[in-house]
Amino acid sequence: MKSPKSIKAFAKHSSIVLAAATLSLSASIAQAADTIKVGVLHSLSGTMAISETTLKDTVLMLIEDQNKKGGILGKKLEAVVVDPASNWPLFAEKAKELLDKDKVDVIFGCWTSVSRKSVLPVIEELNGLMFYPVQYEGEESSKNVFYTGAAPNQQAIPAVDYLMSEAGGSVKRWVLAGTDYVYPRTTNKILESYLKSKGVAEKDIMINYTPFGHSDWQTIVSDIKKFGSQGKKTAVVSTINGDANVPFYKELANQGMSAEDIPVVAFSVGEEELSGFDTGPLVGHLAAWNYFMSADAEVNDEFIDKWIAYIGDDKRVTNDPMEATYIGFNMWVKAVEKAKTTDVDKVSSALIGISVPNLTGGVATMLPNHHLTKPVLIGEIQENGQFDIVWQTEGAVPGDAWTDFLPESAKLIADWQDPKIMCGNYNTETKKCSGQNY
Amino acid sequence: MKLSHVFRVFVVLALFVVQVVQAEQITPVQSEVAADNALLLNELISARSTSDKKNLINLIANSNFPQRAKVLSALQDGDLYYTKADEQLVYAFSHPDGYQIASVIDGEKLGVIGSRKVRKISINNELRTVLRGVLAELSLRSDDVAVRLSAAKDLIRSPSPEFLHAIERAKAVEINKKVLASLNIATAMINLNSEEQVLRLDAIESFRGTLDSDAMSILAAMQLKDSEGNYLEQDDLVRESAAAVLSEMRGEAEMYKLVENVFFGLSLGSVLLLTAVGLAITFGVMGVINMAHGEMMMLGAYTTYVIQLLMPNYIDYSIVVAIPAAFLVSGLVGIIIERGVIRHLYGRPLETLLATFGVSLILQQAVRSIFSPLNKSVSAPSWLSGSWEINGALSLTYNRLYIIIFSLVVLLMLVFLLKKTFVGLQMRAVTQNRAMANSMGIRTGWVDALTFGLGSGVAGIAGVALSQLTNVGPNLGQSYIIDSFMVVVFGGVGNLFGTFFAAMSLGVANKFLEPFAGAVLAKIFVLVFIILFIQWRPRGLFALKGRSVED
Repeated sequence: MKSPKSIKAFAKHSSIVLAAATLSLSASIAQAADTIKVGVLHSLSGTMAISETTLKDTVLMLIEDQNKKGGILGKKLEAVVVDPASNWPLFAEKAKELLDKDKVDVIFGCWTSVSRKSVLPVIEELNGLMFYPVQYEGEESSKNVFYTGAAPNQQAIPAVDYLMSEAGGSVKRWVLAGTDYVYPRTTNKILESYLKSKGVAEKDIMINYTPFGHSDWQTIVSDIKKFGSQGKKTAVVSTINGDANVPFYKELANQGMSAEDIPVVAFSVGEEELSGFDTGPLVGHLAAWNYFMSADAEVNDEFIDKWIAYIGDDKRVTNDPMEATYIGFNMWVKAVEKAKTTDVDKVSSALIGISVPNLTGGVATMLPNHHLTKPVLIGEIQENGQFDIVWQTEGAVPGDAWTDFLPESAKLIADWQDPKIMCGNYNTETKKCSGQNY
Repeated sequence: MKLSHVFRVFVVLALFVVQVVQAEQITPVQSEVAADNALLLNELISARSTSDKKNLINLIANSNFPQRAKVLSALQDGDLYYTKADEQLVYAFSHPDGYQIASVIDGEKLGVIGSRKVRKISINNELRTVLRGVLAELSLRSDDVAVRLSAAKDLIRSPSPEFLHAIERAKAVEINKKVLASLNIATAMINLNSEEQVLRLDAIESFRGTLDSDAMSILAAMQLKDSEGNYLEQDDLVRESAAAVLSEMRGEAEMYKLVENVFFGLSLGSVLLLTAVGLAITFGVMGVINMAHGEMMMLGAYTTYVIQLLMPNYIDYSIVVAIPAAFLVSGLVGIIIERGVIRHLYGRPLETLLATFGVSLILQQAVRSIFSPLNKSVSAPSWLSGSWEINGALSLTYNRLYIIIFSLVVLLMLVFLLKKTFVGLQMRAVTQNRAMANSMGIRTGWVDALTFGLGSGVAGIAGVALSQLTNVGPNLGQSYIIDSFMVVVFGGVGNLFGTFFAAMSLGVANKFLEPFAGAVLAKIFVLVFIILFIQWRPRGLFALKGRSVED
């Protein structure tokens, strides 16, 4: 049996050790609680990996940059990266994991409209905050999502306006060619209605859908040729997605259809996609975006230099969704600093009205409908996979979540600022909020 | 005499002096002209609007600047830049450190400059059309027939009265019939816009029988009405004459469209044939359901890519080298699969199916890990690009044409192999009666491996053809495996002739349905038709005795 003196000494000794341990443990817990977690929800494997991996790298680069400036509110940022693997239900699961388990304060994620629709119920239920950086078909405005990519009136409609103008060739006949899924179907519905409102006859519009990865374009290109030789200038508006674009452009070149005869303006072909193509047959064809890597602005040169230094490969390119991620991230940082907290509701209301510089030398402002003001640029594909900007809008175009060209949507507005509305699909005729829409 | 001699000398001296004075006078005039040209060219740097640039292009073309064709051609190709620092117009060619530049005005080489220090003189599609016409006019005097023909065709698409003179001059000395025909059409296109009715009517008449699609487009434009319902073409006689010629041209064109559709159907059929014939051998002759057949094609396509990486300066020959290489690569992989996996599962079709499915997944992931999940770009050799223009309404793309011929050659070689060679004899013997063949001394194990290798090798060759038509990526095989099975089942298991017939008929049927039902529905209809056909005739069109029958 130990002597009372040694027990006392032992107790004293161990209590000191315990106190020290508790102190250091609580210190480390406090240290861990001192970071702000940022979730990254982009596919790193599967079909969409080609497009989405670059966005994950962009967010990591922006976080590293912000941490060098001291983080936000005195805390460092910590990235939590998950891989939903181009699997739409898995997107929802991973979003839940980010919000429930990792307790992230913001998510940067999604690419396809399907992935976004899968994630919506989860983040609305758990009151998360997501920035969505890709051009899409509109018809949505969630309280928990901020759309930094283009709505149809910031890409599709201005592109059609350009083609109708003299600079674009005074196009009178239209071929709307798309891949068979939600985004092209909705966009073409909007475009068809818009063209008709501009006086284009039904017989001057040809609409065609093909499955993903379609490679036998002979008949379709031959039909486009025939449609285009009826005496009126014809153009193709392409919402063809993914690698079906390669055999499509190849067939156009092989059948002798050049960009001067029948120009093709694409909405889903950017610098990243072109880096995998043989761009010879594509020269002269067009694309419509809100940003091109070739945009002439000092802030763009700096961004590109930073990106190349971060990724360590000078052959890598920047593209529109990367710019949208950049804008979204900077807006979020500014909003958190303004609201002095990362609480989702306070940050969401602080975000509206925030302006940050975009990468084309202008400014992007967050609107009450959770969309941005963006300039629209039309670029011509060059041999080196870059775009030559041939036209751009005078100023920035404000994003319209509910298009004015479809009768059901024309009466809807989204307003998350006006306390009397606070709704994503408010019907201006019945003066009622139509509820959740996914 | 002496006087006349002196007089002659005096005259010679005088002439000499006059010449020297004149020569000195020429130089200042020449340098004035050169300075004018330099000013004109430098205006390209400051020109902003399309119409300004258009005017400058025309002025440059009509100037006497000796390299006007070169500078306009560089503008068209996107090789014309200016230095930001001293605003000098330069030709720029890509260099690892930026651009290698040379002055436009005097051709002096100016070394290498960083890519951010120069700016391109940009053009758009409208300016490209103008440049095409202007450069075409300048190229009409080339010695090369191909250059003259393409120049004449360009003039048809950009007809402008200022070229009429140049075209008439070119016609007077042109000996090539095709170029002459194109020049005549170009003249007619220009005359269509003339003030004189007689010239216009003559022009319209001359379009008869040419089947030129640009001409048809212009004639169709004459029939259009404006927003008030009045014809755009005021002259009734001209318009009606145009309508008559147009309807005749359209009727002829319809007939050629039918031929073109048959061609499309045959080309789709030839692709189906190439992808299915390898499967016909393994499935038909051996009774093995090979789900990794698509990956054999994918390996063949990647072999083409690798060959092109190894010989980047000889793209035109790369396909010829790739064909045997792909055959060997896919054949070897096929033999390995047969010896390693299928041999142990002989007689158990379900297990073979599962095992080969697993192999296909392994192969896909292996390619993803070795190369990358992204698609790889395979360039088309120059002899496979473009199309053969038979007449104005019918042009056949070369890549499809060669693939049709190629697939027939492959089929004939396989038939020859099976019917006339000893190896083929062994294969057929093992198919008909394995036990008997064994007792005759044929090593059935090796014949199995070789047959599988042959089927896989042919799939590899199909992959080479596919690399020219579609994207080369790890998922290439998945897009074609279903079609291959469809063709083999429809054509009759084990019969090469059945495969040929099935492939061609399915291809043509698909292409004839497509204009009516769209690409997706046409495929669905063909599939439903095959399902119904199999209910009626389970063995396919031309059934043959194979091992699967015995089992």
